Amino acid sequence: MSGSTLSPGKRTGLVLLAALLGFAVLGPWVVDADPARQVLAHSLAAPGAEYLLGTDHLGRSMLARMAHATRLSLLLAAVTVLSAAVPGTLLGVMAAWRGGWAESGLVLLADAVLALPSLLLVLLLVAFAPGDFLPLYLGLALVGWVEYFRVSRALTRGILAKPHVEAARLLGFGRGYVLRRLILPELLPALSTLATFGLGGAVLAISTLSFVGLGIRPPVAELGSMTTELLPHAYEAPLTVLMPAALVLMAVLGCHLLVGRGAR
Amino acid sequence: MDRHNWRSLLRPILVRLLQALLVALIVGALGFALMAALPGDQAFRLAAARYGPDMGDATAAALVREELGLDRPRAVQFLDWIGQLLRLDLGHSLVTGEPVLEELRGQLGHTLSLAAVALPLSAILGLPLGILSGLHPSGLADRVTLGLSVLLRAVPAYALGLLLVAVFSIRLGWLPPAGFEGWREFILPGLTLALGLAALSARVTRDSVAAVSTAPYMAFARWKGLPERAAVLRHGLRNAAIPVVALLGFQLIGLIEGLIIVESLFSWPGIGHALVHAIFARDVPVVQGAALLMGLLFVLVNALVDLACATIDPRRARAGA
Repeated sequence: MSGSTLSPGKRTGLVLLAALLGFAVLGPWVVDADPARQVLAHSLAAPGAEYLLGTDHLGRSMLARMAHATRLSLLLAAVTVLSAAVPGTLLGVMAAWRGGWAESGLVLLADAVLALPSLLLVLLLVAFAPGDFLPLYLGLALVGWVEYFRVSRALTRGILAKPHVEAARLLGFGRGYVLRRLILPELLPALSTLATFGLGGAVLAISTLSFVGLGIRPPVAELGSMTTELLPHAYEAPLTVLMPAALVLMAVLGCHLLVGRGAR
Repeated sequence: MDRHNWRSLLRPILVRLLQALLVALIVGALGFALMAALPGDQAFRLAAARYGPDMGDATAAALVREELGLDRPRAVQFLDWIGQLLRLDLGHSLVTGEPVLEELRGQLGHTLSLAAVALPLSAILGLPLGILSGLHPSGLADRVTLGLSVLLRAVPAYALGLLLVAVFSIRLGWLPPAGFEGWREFILPGLTLALGLAALSARVTRDSVAAVSTAPYMAFARWKGLPERAAVLRHGLRNAAIPVVALLGFQLIGLIEGLIIVESLFSWPGIGHALVHAIFARDVPVVQGAALLMGLLFVLVNALVDLACATIDPRRARAGA
């Protein structure tokens, strides 16, 4: 894919995501301010020379906090997506390949996960230790793998029936070879679409759960919980409430635009 | 409807019943595990919940342990727990000591009334824009709707709600930012939910209308001399409605998730709010009960959508006739 073939929408998405990624990777390093350092005398300072984007109610640099929060969100979302996509895809391919009771069992498991709205299932898992990373991550990954499983299972069925794949198997090429050279390349476009969309969904879910108070909790800087923390000061400093939410919007919008217009 | 058609309806109903059972099993298993994961002796906890915090002493705990059989093997207790759940015996709240079902009954009403405002509102917002965009693909309305819906689907629901509060209750002072007494209190939470839902339904409606308006049977209806209005009403709408109604089922996931967020944001005393608060308070029976009710609600509405799809689809209706 060269840059000139991208539609304007996809290009905008790419720019948004690249900007966020740059902010997340370079931000904490360039800003060089401790996101936890409180200067109470400077609380709710307006954007200016000393604090580029102002400070929050405890006099912490908004820029530093948002950079760290963006890094946290993108990292956690990426790890979640990978933890859902890799096992989901492998299980999907395996189910289509093996068939039989293994496939039926996996399909039943996937249907069980889909029986409940996913946020509800995540909440039930988060309830084991509200405010911890681990149940949040496990919950999102557990809910997420199903999509990759279903898509890769459906696609693999079709791929396995193609003449060249059948020929390769009859000729005795190993499973690893067939998987790596014949199946995965064909799955890749669909999987990358799912993963990009899933990344946006994970960023949104993490910030939403943190906003409600069940995700990542203060004092850790997180985009959703920053909005909650600053909500009582929304009259004096509306920007501090809006900026973290705007970063979430940018991330999700970037993912959706990159996937393209027809995205579900 | 004759027998053939009834059978086509029976299967989806059976599938949904199985789904409801699955929901109960999953929620029950997680509830049981949550209860076991709570620190401290369960018997003391339950005794305090039942007889009040002052009565939660060793004698009461022993009575509770005896009555509920808390010293039996875990597996037996689990089966017992699931059995109670299937009889809709949800136990008592660990915080207030009230029966969970009693507590949730009122909250369910609040949640349903909010949903009953949000769904029609989303239809009023999304369907006309979707139809207009679909009749003139890549026209002005189509492009504006596309932009709006892409933006709305990326905005976190809590930020959208906050923005609406900032504009309509703080800046303009037209609507109350919270509360649930009169009809005006419904508008902001309802609108927050509806905008998110409309963003999706407008797109699906648009695609469906665009596809149907170029379908051969529409061309034939026009060619045989039907006036445009009759062609659209008699042949177009019903066919265009199928994917839109089918999408409703998918949208309801969004509605249930949205309810949890919007209720928390607006302090709306519904089940979603109760669920989040019970998680904070480690009130496992309420967590389980609220999740079960939301899950069953989800299954029920999905079943209704299945039935609606089956009755709308002209192909299926004709197959039975």
